[in-house]
Amino acid sequence: MNEMNEVRKPPVATTGIIGWLRINLFFNWTNSLITLFVIYCLYQFIPWILDWTIFSADFKYNYLGEQITNQEMCSRNLDPENGGACWAVIYVRFYQFIYGFYPKVEVWRVNIAYAMLALALLPLLYAKLPYRKYFLYFTYIFPVIAYFLLNGGLGFTEVSTNKWGGLLVTLVLGCTGIALAFPIGIMLALGRRSKLPVISMMCTLFIEFIRGVPLITLLFFGMVMLPLFLPEGIDMDGLVRVLVAVTLFQSAYMAEVIRGGLQAIPPGQYEAAKSLGMSYWRMNLLIILPQAIRISIPPIVNTSIGLFKDTTLVIIVGILDLLGIGRGTLADTNWLGLSYEIYFFVSLVFFIFTFGMSRYSLYLEKKLKTGINMGAD
Amino acid sequence: MKKLLSIFAVVAFAFSAHAGTLDDVKNRGFLKCGVTTGLAGFAAPDDSGEWAGLDADMCRAVAVAVFGDRSKVEFITTTGKSRFPTLASGEVDMLARNTTWTISRDVNLGFEFVGVNFYDGQGFMVPSALGVSSATELDGATVCIQTGTTTELNLADFFRLNGISYEALPIETNDEGKENLFAGRCDVYTTDASGLSSTRAAASNPDKWVVLPEIISKEPLGPLVRHGDHQWGDVVRWSLNAMIIAEELGITSENVDAQTSSNVPEVLRLLGVEGNYGEMLELSNDWAYQIIKQIGNYSESYEANVGPDTPLEIARGLNALWTQGGILYAPPFR
Repeated sequence: MNEMNEVRKPPVATTGIIGWLRINLFFNWTNSLITLFVIYCLYQFIPWILDWTIFSADFKYNYLGEQITNQEMCSRNLDPENGGACWAVIYVRFYQFIYGFYPKVEVWRVNIAYAMLALALLPLLYAKLPYRKYFLYFTYIFPVIAYFLLNGGLGFTEVSTNKWGGLLVTLVLGCTGIALAFPIGIMLALGRRSKLPVISMMCTLFIEFIRGVPLITLLFFGMVMLPLFLPEGIDMDGLVRVLVAVTLFQSAYMAEVIRGGLQAIPPGQYEAAKSLGMSYWRMNLLIILPQAIRISIPPIVNTSIGLFKDTTLVIIVGILDLLGIGRGTLADTNWLGLSYEIYFFVSLVFFIFTFGMSRYSLYLEKKLKTGINMGAD
Repeated sequence: MKKLLSIFAVVAFAFSAHAGTLDDVKNRGFLKCGVTTGLAGFAAPDDSGEWAGLDADMCRAVAVAVFGDRSKVEFITTTGKSRFPTLASGEVDMLARNTTWTISRDVNLGFEFVGVNFYDGQGFMVPSALGVSSATELDGATVCIQTGTTTELNLADFFRLNGISYEALPIETNDEGKENLFAGRCDVYTTDASGLSSTRAAASNPDKWVVLPEIISKEPLGPLVRHGDHQWGDVVRWSLNAMIIAEELGITSENVDAQTSSNVPEVLRLLGVEGNYGEMLELSNDWAYQIIKQIGNYSESYEANVGPDTPLEIARGLNALWTQGGILYAPPFR
């Protein structure tokens, strides 16, 4: 009896590392071939990239021990045979990459704004945060604080947006664009599905118009034509004009994403809400939108990441974002020819932000179990 | 696109056509000057975030003329597409953005070029290993060329005139041209000579590349202002001329103080010791003295930003004074 009940171990070949390898990498001969090919490529590539970016690279000093102040002092330019990346250019220009041309004496304001941004995002990212309610109040007033902090006023000296640049501009454009486009997008999506023909037509027109033109056109529109519509004497800030264009663009896309979510909600939900005597707004706020937004998370994050990367287009209208500062650095005769280092650094920063966003959306999807077919039956 | 931009420019101009840019600048307390988003030697932020370059110096010179202070200038970055609307709408007071002076820009777009601060022209760069010393020897070469530009047309004209053939490798950006040339996919790269110099300086071994002597087009680059405000145009024009005249007269930022007791009448007039030329321009009488003191003469600015001692290594060439074999020439200061 005992012998019969004893659990037999599964064959070695299907468990542990070997089993995992067999199932995932060497399942059949095509799999094995591809695996070997990929391993070969990585073997060729990884040592080289590690050597270039880290082991042979200059960070602040070249191989002679001198502090690098121009491209001629980079190890790879002194001795083309050895020497990798010359990160000194990033080291020297770090301030510009992060703050643009923000005056050095006032830079603590940007630092506080960065820290406050992190604090404001916290309650949005972690639902289990203690005292989340109070943190959320802070999140709502953060844009106002940030405005006065960065731009000046209320006792702070004014720093013209012309002095802003680098990551600061990228984050301001990205965050404001995403944050403003979300509510506007919801309104547009609801408007487009409205039964009132005027509202639905206007929303449809707006969305289709904005989606029908490239972002660059909108940026030009904001830069060149917007001032013409304003009464003379009102000088609209360049960055604000770009923000308007970016927000309009993003809200049109957001509207379509959310409309997709709205259309996935079965009519039974609407009927149930109505039968409880809920008004249009209560029904949408309490029943429809929470579900619609939940299923729209992947495309919402998708368009947000898209916008974050599209902010680099502002170089076209002469605003120096992170990439723009990189290009400006490349035009300095001291740093000519270091394009690999600069583009590598800029893409790394963008990767960190966009990868963070995409991981966060995965976490949200898991938490909210968006994959489950809600209430369809 | 060009037509559309010019319409924008005209409309914007109509809205902002008010005289007195000089008064606006004085009331504002600083000059707004349009520059590139970054072009080696002409305008680029340095390590401390200050704009430097030949065009940046032009902006500073005007700021010095008006305020006597080189820091009273705000640099507005503009791209090739946004520069004209930005100037037309009054967002900047002037442009110093390596812009070629052409009839259509001068007349049709409603701008006024006040002078030339750099004579550029289309040139050729080849690997020195090719052993070519003149562009006329380039028969059958593969040429990297930016599509849709005047350089493309100039190139076709030049080869046809010389009865030689070439194969074009179309590219979009300067970076692309650089990579293609360095990788050997084309034998020749052609663009403006100043652009070739910065491309060459960016190479890991600049000595392996030569810029051929032939210049096949005229690209006079200069500062420009809006049409119709002649007082302001004069201020910018004479800020540039003052730097050129200072070089002619041998006044530098170093010896300018000693020169105030010179016995040459034109020096005394320029430095404001004699006459009241500053008053005519509605500036202080020592405006030119301050420009030379704080920025330097044309030669000093040239040598510091694009000259043979910089990585760009652009010889004076056409940009030398008319007395020294170039065509740089300013009207007399009297």
